[in-house]
Amino acid sequence: MVTAAPKISVQDLRLAFGAKEVLHGISFDIGRNEIFGVIGPAQSGKTSLLRCINRTIDFSPDATMTGTVLVDGEDVRKTRNVYGLRRKIGMVAPLPVGLPLTIYENVAFAPRCVGVSAKSELDGLVEKCLTQAALWDEVKDRLDSLGTKLSGGQQQRLTIARALSHQPEVLCLDEFSIAIDPVTTMRIEDVLKELRKDITIILVTNLVQQARRLADRAMFLWNGDIVELDRNEVIFSEQPASRKTYEYVHGIFG
Amino acid sequence: MFTETPFVRVKLRRQAVAKWVFFAMAASMIVPLLLIIAHLVERALPSLSLEFLLAAPARGMKEGGIWPALVGTIHLVVISLAVAAPIGVLAAVYLNEYAKDNWFNRLINLAVINLAGVPSIVHALFGLGAFVYAAQFGYSIISASLTLAIMTMPVIIASTREALASVPRSFREACWNVGATRWQTIRAIVLPNSISGILTGIILQVSRTAGETAPIMFTGAVFFKAVKAGDLFPYGLGDQCMALSMHLYTLSTQVPGVKESIPYATAVVLLGAVLLVNTAAIALRVWLRNRKKW
Repeated sequence: MVTAAPKISVQDLRLAFGAKEVLHGISFDIGRNEIFGVIGPAQSGKTSLLRCINRTIDFSPDATMTGTVLVDGEDVRKTRNVYGLRRKIGMVAPLPVGLPLTIYENVAFAPRCVGVSAKSELDGLVEKCLTQAALWDEVKDRLDSLGTKLSGGQQQRLTIARALSHQPEVLCLDEFSIAIDPVTTMRIEDVLKELRKDITIILVTNLVQQARRLADRAMFLWNGDIVELDRNEVIFSEQPASRKTYEYVHGIFG
Repeated sequence: MFTETPFVRVKLRRQAVAKWVFFAMAASMIVPLLLIIAHLVERALPSLSLEFLLAAPARGMKEGGIWPALVGTIHLVVISLAVAAPIGVLAAVYLNEYAKDNWFNRLINLAVINLAGVPSIVHALFGLGAFVYAAQFGYSIISASLTLAIMTMPVIIASTREALASVPRSFREACWNVGATRWQTIRAIVLPNSISGILTGIILQVSRTAGETAPIMFTGAVFFKAVKAGDLFPYGLGDQCMALSMHLYTLSTQVPGVKESIPYATAVVLLGAVLLVNTAAIALRVWLRNRKKW
């Protein structure tokens, strides 16, 4: 599964907010076209890890990050084009945020930011991304109504469509199914299986079963350290390397 | 079930009393405003007319109208806000959207807060020194307007920052996540959704600018200036002008034998203009709030 040149390579990544270190020097690789599951309880550093990868950690003034994160071999901390980096990485946050724009403009926003203005091109992109996010059928007749007026679950799918709108090579899903009903979740999971042909997916989730269903490999993060990182078959088996992993995966933790 | 013990009864009575006391305090705010308006209008009635608005003062300001002062005040308000609003809004955008928390930006913040607290008479002295003498604009509309601009700018910065801060941070983060620059985020999301608050803050400064006397007294407002009745642009930038607040002060203290209703009518016009502008600000705010998108 992991090819010679990893899509993302994290080496001795440390992250601290003020004096409090939340990631204690973690290292791992994510292969191309892999679905990489990250599981772990709250406060284990999952979201912070994603924010290091697309450098939105920059917006936390008290955060200090050391170590390296390579995306396609390029160190994100030294990249000269942080906006290009962020376009390469689609990010879906746990709580749905529809921008106060129309549904159409929510999806067209990112392409417009890089100067795409041809109506035909934008129309195509909007339809494609909304379809991928399993939202097109519900909103195709009211693309000019406000994205913020959609229901929570629809807004979450709108967020996914927006994350796909800049045609990322990596898609980070941070607890994407918190606000979505199980049926829609399944539809999106099917979409993810389709997408993996083209892109790499990092799936951060509290739902152990979701990681088990989708991921190729899973990483168990706990209190800012990697407890175990292995193929799904191992992590979710009866005999993972760590006792802690077994307990967490089987719900007898803590 | 619920039983009414003596303790509960006392609690409920206290609650009722507290509510009425608070209500009475709040309601008492209306009384002074209504009394002021009633008092002014009653005394002013003999002089209030369209003629009064459009005519120039006559017979050594003892009779006639207030046109030169009215149009002078409009000049001062428009020019000072034309200077203060863009600078104030852009400064606020910098402070709220770009500025990192370092010593220099904290210094700017401190300066803004303190500038807002400086008494207007001190602004007047500063304007006199800086614009009238140092910059050699002389006693003129431009000096007076710039002085007023310095006075209103910190308040515009504060109200604009508040409006910007009311746009949730999650919107900005969503934009940054898709690779938008700070400016693209501000253009597409932050400004369109805070414009109501920004405009309201600016409009409220109109009434403050129109009412101030001290800053213009030293820098460009005069007791009397001959102006053709109804002339909309009688003043040049370098001219001195009359202004409503200054005119009221003059009539009340410097000119003996003024017809009693004239200063009152002037006050009514000033107060009416202020109430009109404030009402417009509230209406604008309500209208824009109804269009709010989340």
